[in-house]
Amino acid sequence: MGKEMTKEQYSNMVKKASPDSPIIKNCIHAFIVGGIICCIGQFIMNWCSVFGMSTEESTTCTSVILVVTASLLTGLGLYSKLGKFAGAGSVVPITGFSNSVTAPAIEFKKEGFIMGLGAKIFIVAGPVILYGVLTSIVVGIIYYFVS
Amino acid sequence: MDYIKAFCVGGFICVIGQILIDKTKLTSARILVLFVVSGCILGGLGWYQKLVEFAGAGASVPLLGFGNNLARGVMSEVDKAGFMGILTGGLKAAAGGITAAIVSAFVMACVFDPKEK
Amino acid sequence: MARHVGKQSMEFEKDISVIATASTVGTKEGKGPLREYFDVILTDNLMGQESWEKAESKIASDNLKLAVNKAGLNPSDISYVVTGDLLNQCCGSTFGVRSLKIPFFGVFGACSTMGESMGLGAVLLESGGAKYVLCGASSHFASAEKQFRFPMDLGTQRTPTASWTVTGDGAVVLGIKNEHPYIKRITTGKIIDMGITDANNMGAAMAPAAADAIYQHFADFGFKPDYYDVIATGDLGYVGQKLLIDLLKDKGIDISKNHIDCGIEIFDRELQDTHCGGSGCACSAVTFAGMLYNKLRHKNINKLLFVPTGALMSPTSVQQGESIAGIAHCVGIEN
Repeated sequence: MGKEMTKEQYSNMVKKASPDSPIIKNCIHAFIVGGIICCIGQFIMNWCSVFGMSTEESTTCTSVILVVTASLLTGLGLYSKLGKFAGAGSVVPITGFSNSVTAPAIEFKKEGFIMGLGAKIFIVAGPVILYGVLTSIVVGIIYYFVS
Repeated sequence: MDYIKAFCVGGFICVIGQILIDKTKLTSARILVLFVVSGCILGGLGWYQKLVEFAGAGASVPLLGFGNNLARGVMSEVDKAGFMGILTGGLKAAAGGITAAIVSAFVMACVFDPKEK
Repeated sequence: MARHVGKQSMEFEKDISVIATASTVGTKEGKGPLREYFDVILTDNLMGQESWEKAESKIASDNLKLAVNKAGLNPSDISYVVTGDLLNQCCGSTFGVRSLKIPFFGVFGACSTMGESMGLGAVLLESGGAKYVLCGASSHFASAEKQFRFPMDLGTQRTPTASWTVTGDGAVVLGIKNEHPYIKRITTGKIIDMGITDANNMGAAMAPAAADAIYQHFADFGFKPDYYDVIATGDLGYVGQKLLIDLLKDKGIDISKNHIDCGIEIFDRELQDTHCGGSGCACSAVTFAGMLYNKLRHKNINKLLFVPTGALMSPTSVQQGESIAGIAHCVGIEN
């Protein structure tokens, strides 16, 4: 190889030198933890229907209980430990959404309640809500004209 | 039986997320956005609700279910309130989850300090 | 007076002695393989402060004072303090140096800061315009994560190429004195950008800069790689080390026998789960102030080429899709 290496050549060299993520192991962890969180959700849902809630109500109730629990675990510093083990298994369930709201709220309160906690609370959840709502508007418009 | 279904479907959805993280180097924030948007589209097509009926919490607990709720909310509001339902339906359906998340986050932030990993 | 050598190098005439060093590290580093070399190991990485940023400044402040003490001097004896860190606008250093009342040069070279500050400190002394110069660099795992990555409590997984920012501060006191070791020569690195955009693979972004600086150092002075007992890069980590050795082999230089990387030395990869190794300004700073200085003093190492490496970027530049530029500075230190 000559003295000057191109960016493409270097990029290939880096790819070869960098270890890949242990994807099989990660997927197994994600499957187990994600599955367990969903089972806990199912358990709460079943109890909700025992108390005579409708399907809609028990879905909301389940979400709320999972969200509050995950928020508490985040505050206790346990959710980040779970996340390190579980990867997407603790990101993809609604508990991951809750973690993504609570973690910046705790971290940035040192910069004050308005521009710190108040503004930064949405650094991850903000885009989720924005693009979720935008998509729902598109769905709504199409549904309005189709039906 | 419903637990086994919830475990397998929920776990499988998380595995999809894991593969995306490891293979595309997407950050977890992008994964969350992707799942909510996908769930909303699948919900709008009416496909995701079939999975929810099959797997219960296995499909409603992952963020795809959150997106599905947005889509179902907007469609049922359009049925009830017509055109204005397009604007009100989505967030109405997600209100419980979002409010719980921000209120509990605020409380936790008041109580706890950040912890080093 | 100093002599300009070759394209990028400078050779000093005076006896620029590294009179004393001080190193303070966090709890995790204090459990690592280099623990016996550090002066202070913290029991609380927050140091009783309100925030990570304030803790970092406190670490810097205490450690700079310790270095001055160990040199048998008072802060008023020091002509200049030259330090840097990773936080926005160099605030870690600013508020760390605030109480010292010493004329201050704030420098930024990302994780290569220690090489930059020691090099500039030597230039100040050689110029005759300074009596003693205090040089240092600091970083803090939590403040760096908060600024560059995610909040502490967010449940994310680290990739295998990610490195772990070292919490701590390394400081050295330089002066003209007949006491080994001496800073003999420096080679100031160019910015080298090979188009790496993965902020979780800093070693790959910095390796070409390290290779370029080391190559230039040998070319300017006409040295062979075995001239030095040890060539110590800053925080390339396992991936970066392999790339550096391969890049230099392509240019006909083999440093595989005498190369070490501070990022690899400072943590136990398996036991401490630090993936690619340590990083941050403090990584090379505390490893030099701790282990390398100790070995120079005891003549276990007589000729050291110290090459702190830095990844130049900001959260904004990364979000705008700009690539991560690398830099490395060589400091030749001999007994």
